[in-house]
Amino acid sequence: MSPVSASYNGVVVVAPVTIPYRRYAQHDAHWFLAKAVAGLRDAAGLATDDIDGLAVSSFTLFPDTAVGLTQHLGLTPRFLEHVPMGGASAVVQLRRAARAVQAGDASIVACVAGDTNRVDSFRQNLANFSRFARDAVYPVGAGGPNASFALLTAYYMRVYGAKAADFGKLCVAQRDNAQTYPYALIRKPLTLDEYLTARLVADPLRLFDCVMPCAGAEGFLVMREQDARGRGLPFARILGSIERHNAYPEDPIQMRGGWAMDRDDLYAQAGVGPADMDFLQAYDDYPVITVMQLEDLGFCPKGEGADFVRRNSFTAKGSLPLNTSGGQLSAGQAGAAGGHLGMVEAIRQLTRQTLSAPIPDARIGLVSGFGMINYDRGICTGAAILAASEA
Amino acid sequence: MSPSRSPPKNPVLKTREPTVPPGLRSRAALRLTAAACEGRLELQRCRACSAFQYPPREACTQCLSTRLEWTECDGVGELISETILHHSNEPYFRERVPLRVGLVRLDVGVTIVAHVDGACAPAPARIRLAAHLDKSGQAALVAHPPEGPTDMTTSQTHRDMTCDPRGRKILVTDGKSETGEALVKAFIAAGADKVWAGVAEPWKDATAIDKLAQLEGVTTVPLDVTDARSVEALSGLIGGKVDILVNNAEFHRHKPVGARGVETARAEMDVNYLGLLRLIESFGPALKFRAADGPNGACAWVNILSVYALSALPSQATFTASKAAAFAASQALRADMMGVGIRVMNVFPGPIDDAWNQTVPPPKLAPSALAAAVVASLKAGVEDVYPGDVAQDILARWRESAKVLERELADQ
Ligand SMILES: [Zn+2]
Repeated sequence: MSPVSASYNGVVVVAPVTIPYRRYAQHDAHWFLAKAVAGLRDAAGLATDDIDGLAVSSFTLFPDTAVGLTQHLGLTPRFLEHVPMGGASAVVQLRRAARAVQAGDASIVACVAGDTNRVDSFRQNLANFSRFARDAVYPVGAGGPNASFALLTAYYMRVYGAKAADFGKLCVAQRDNAQTYPYALIRKPLTLDEYLTARLVADPLRLFDCVMPCAGAEGFLVMREQDARGRGLPFARILGSIERHNAYPEDPIQMRGGWAMDRDDLYAQAGVGPADMDFLQAYDDYPVITVMQLEDLGFCPKGEGADFVRRNSFTAKGSLPLNTSGGQLSAGQAGAAGGHLGMVEAIRQLTRQTLSAPIPDARIGLVSGFGMINYDRGICTGAAILAASEA
Repeated sequence: MSPSRSPPKNPVLKTREPTVPPGLRSRAALRLTAAACEGRLELQRCRACSAFQYPPREACTQCLSTRLEWTECDGVGELISETILHHSNEPYFRERVPLRVGLVRLDVGVTIVAHVDGACAPAPARIRLAAHLDKSGQAALVAHPPEGPTDMTTSQTHRDMTCDPRGRKILVTDGKSETGEALVKAFIAAGADKVWAGVAEPWKDATAIDKLAQLEGVTTVPLDVTDARSVEALSGLIGGKVDILVNNAEFHRHKPVGARGVETARAEMDVNYLGLLRLIESFGPALKFRAADGPNGACAWVNILSVYALSALPSQATFTASKAAAFAASQALRADMMGVGIRVMNVFPGPIDDAWNQTVPPPKLAPSALAAAVVASLKAGVEDVYPGDVAQDILARWRESAKVLERELADQ
């Protein structure tokens, strides 16, 4: 096993901010990211210049990166990160920002992610997603996540005996959770029967298996614990975190992610195990990847994800609350902010600032990220364990 | 489902505009296309550690070596997962859903996202992967049953990769030449809906022309490729109906340079090169317009060139020069037609066993063998065809070293 990473003592995360999602938007990504940075500043009662670190994730910021955004927004940070890791960006931003604050390279880092969604921007993004996608996926008509996750889901079902109803249970539970979350784009209650009979998108995926792309942004701040206390800001601690890229390249098809390589390190850093988690905010653009995270993060053995799903309720007040703001499958996927949805929800739960139904006595929770189907599988994985300030 | 002749066209309906699949590729990935143009599956392989890899890269994933080569691969492997896409964001595929797509694991250890032939058993199943050309002219990898492609008509996407003469209307220029007659007969045998045999001098060889016209499905039409008015006139009559144009017209003499051969050269150029240009001007626009006209729309343009278009044969200098000129024109034609998905297929035979090569020693390619190669290549959907032993030999030597071949051809 690799050496356990140093502790994140003294660094905390504050100010969960969401810029409300919308299906389509006329604004550019810069608009949403500006709203997020301003939202963080105002939520923490800061002056803009107090923010001396910036981490940015966005697909539609192109041709700009975090660099262009500093001049666009009039920011002069001494720490700047562009994190192009899709749904793993939230965890990775947190890790980069926490180490910068620990080392004194920045005092207050704004971690933001957001995207616009024009009528044709999703297709444009798919066509230019990666060199491998352009050379070897898009020309086959399999561009975009629907086809990729259909292939993974079909394989998982065949090999491990998972049923459509198992994935459906996750989608229905998350929709129940979304009922109380004001920014969820889809809050119409979903029944298992509606899930099972919805139109086929990419066999075996049906309509409610597939995330809906939208526009929006999310953000949070990373700072020293003493600064959060001094400003009277409710905060959550970072007990541990991991990231891994291009794990298990020898596997013919992705049936495990980088979490499986690093989870022992994660739990060793935090001094807790999966059974201690009061909730899980998993990356959930398609339910099969949620099941894979349950397995790879040690909630159940590989191949037993479906059985684990049958044994738990996943609602805020039930067993293993999962994606308590509805997840992307109900809230929508605001591009690179997809992984931030769970991070921001985790901070809200642990700092008692929930918009959705509070998880009773939530003290420790796990946030997991997954990003970038570069060719046939997701490349970036990450996870972080957060705790309430008193925990 | 076997394609049959299309119903008569409703003149009120709009002719569908052609869409093509995404054609943008990295430079490395174009090597896949280069092999697919001749119907071969080649994959990238590391010279240092022998590992195969896919998608194409700039370095080896196993050892980081940049010494990569392209190696022929048998495509044997397993379909490990599959899906039927009912939706696509891309216009070309939108028109063709549902689409069977799978994840294939080849025995050489690479995972490939591929089209799946309708004849394949459901995953998990043994398959054989083949490289075809799609409507954009780029390599498209298709998983077939282990015995190989049996039927490329199970979906419109697969049919788009081929130019099967079955059910199509075909124009063959110089239909009464030995190769022309062989081509006409081969197309009829392959199920063509109709074949027009162009005849330049209808008052000559009346018996040969009558024999042609008596074949079921064949119509002789006046066509002199050296006469722009003749080409334009025929285009006005049938240009909007031709699905496959086969330019077989050829003027062939054996003249070295410096042998008072300028008039011969002019005549060869007039047929072999300028004739092609006249056909492109008159028939090209109509063919492009009908590129998406139903399941049997216009699909291909075939040029009968010569393998000596690659490297001149000094003993037939002026002839091979005219074929080289036609080759250059065909490449420009291909670049133009690619945008709408019309395949330009070039055929590079060695000496044909006809009257003009009477004194050339064997091996020579029988006209019927040339015609069979053209039909098979249209069905396979390849782009460059080198039929026969001589053509294959010259091609291999040209690939090995164009300069060595030039020296060797100097005294032939
Ligand atoms: Zn190597």
